[in-house]
Amino acid sequence: MSDTMRYVISRIITTVLVLFGAMLVLFSLTLFVPGDPARVLLGPRASPEALQALSERMGLDLPIYAQVGRFFGNVLRGDLGVDVISGRPILNMVMDVLPYTIALTFAAIGIAVAIGVPLGCYAATHPNTVGDRITAVISVGFIAIPNFVVAIYLVLIFSIWLNWFPVLGVSRTGGFWDQLVRLVLPATSLALGWIGYIARLVRSSLLEVLNENFIRTSRAYGISENRIVYKYALKNAAIPTVAILGLGVGRLLGGAIFAEIIFARPGIGSLIYAAINTRNYPVVQAGVLVVVFLFVVTNLLVDLSYSKLDPRMSRRGGTGGRMP
Amino acid sequence: MTATLARIWGSGTGRLGLVLVVLVVLGALLAPLIAPHDPNQIAVMNRFSGPTLQNPLGTDQLGRDIFSRLLYGTRIALGVSILSILIAFVAGLLLGIAAAYLPPRLERVILIIFDIISSFPSLVLALAVVALLGPGLWKIILIVSVTLVPHFGRVARAQTLALKNSPFLEAERVLGASPARLVLVHIVPNVSGPLVVLASMDIPVVIAIEAGLSFLGVGVPPPSPSWGTLLNDGYAYLDQSIWMAVFAGLALTIATLGFTLFGEALRDAVDPKLRTEP
Repeated sequence: MSDTMRYVISRIITTVLVLFGAMLVLFSLTLFVPGDPARVLLGPRASPEALQALSERMGLDLPIYAQVGRFFGNVLRGDLGVDVISGRPILNMVMDVLPYTIALTFAAIGIAVAIGVPLGCYAATHPNTVGDRITAVISVGFIAIPNFVVAIYLVLIFSIWLNWFPVLGVSRTGGFWDQLVRLVLPATSLALGWIGYIARLVRSSLLEVLNENFIRTSRAYGISENRIVYKYALKNAAIPTVAILGLGVGRLLGGAIFAEIIFARPGIGSLIYAAINTRNYPVVQAGVLVVVFLFVVTNLLVDLSYSKLDPRMSRRGGTGGRMP
Repeated sequence: MTATLARIWGSGTGRLGLVLVVLVVLGALLAPLIAPHDPNQIAVMNRFSGPTLQNPLGTDQLGRDIFSRLLYGTRIALGVSILSILIAFVAGLLLGIAAAYLPPRLERVILIIFDIISSFPSLVLALAVVALLGPGLWKIILIVSVTLVPHFGRVARAQTLALKNSPFLEAERVLGASPARLVLVHIVPNVSGPLVVLASMDIPVVIAIEAGLSFLGVGVPPPSPSWGTLLNDGYAYLDQSIWMAVFAGLALTIATLGFTLFGEALRDAVDPKLRTEP
């Protein structure tokens, strides 16, 4: 068996173990919910018959090991349960809002690349100049400030003060253009940290590549500096950036919660948030499980494609450091 | 120590970070001396006031002084960060060293547990736990520290593995030092250095998580003046007064920016090799 195959297989096994562990954690949390979950869901004035029926439907009367088995079996079959309040399958509720979160995530990543990559290129081609320093400070600032603070400042500046953008979320009846306009502020609030992160990443990997022999040879051949930077060096420097973008998608799926709440957008974050406020634990559990699933699977895909792009990476593992 | 501080002061961004950090820490320590009002004193006649001489940053929806509340909020932000990082530091250090010394099978188990914990985006894990178990200051500190343990544990393990077979430890062993002595006298101090840098870089992350949870209403329960709670109040009453949101956001910006700049300068000053990121 080749090294790559072995790496791929061990990575997949770990991912499956991690997902099982995460499911176990989420399941055991429900055991500690104060009070009887059925009573919490139905409220204090529910009839004993209704409580009994719900307990049976949720399997609360089973012994714990049977509950665990039931939970795992259901999840593996793609059954996340039925929402007690609306009577709808929870999986459908998640699938209804997921496209909004995914659109938000990709819009944020798009903005981050469109601004972060040029900033990083500028900084790397003008090292240790005033412009480079300013880029560095802006990047740290963007990474450091929490995205919900950014979101609120964006509302203050662009919606209230300048009145350029509507505050509220998605108009489901609105056309494509309307939806796009309403995506700008939330996506920007998420993108800002990643602009800083990508700018720093592109700067450092570009600087590293620009020091290599093949670049010096190209210079000696008299190839123009622009061509060297943007055609040859950037291509090599792009590898770590691509990997980070994959991780970014995973992290943003969970991080989108603030943007969704502040801008009143539908999405998986606001679904979880609403479920927390109504003590609708099965929905909280399922929502978190979906976020974790997407996060872990994107990480796996990133790792695997990374080891394909750059075989050295399979032995180096993680990027470490502070992410937005 | 002084050399490190001098090096931090020497870099432009490090100096800015240090100044902001000192401001925040002083705010937390001297809150009772500086605050012009009791942070929980309600003055209904004076709601939603803008900045005045009496209320330097205005008042909130109950007429409480925003400046005083933000000052006391510093204590919550720093208290939660320091305690949860301390717990994660110790637990990560012990687990990391243990992982390096245990047989491969048990080491695998510890690493898988780390993987499981980091498979939850930390805010989402905290949200799930608090949503299911109910809010509370100590719960937040504990959950946040759990999410940070893998961070410390992995570095501690890697450092221990690197040290484990080094000649000076070999010599100690030959001279008859007990395993306990090896770990306590040599491994722990040597592994702790890089962990301190990690810890300083985690402070802004924890401040953001605590404020985020409080912003969502599942963090430190009111009337405690957590910055996140203030920001949420400010957002809810944005049509009455913008000052709460503006200043609560500013406090969070100062603290997270300050600690991030400081942490990065500290890392560069102590050990540039730790610089695995751009």
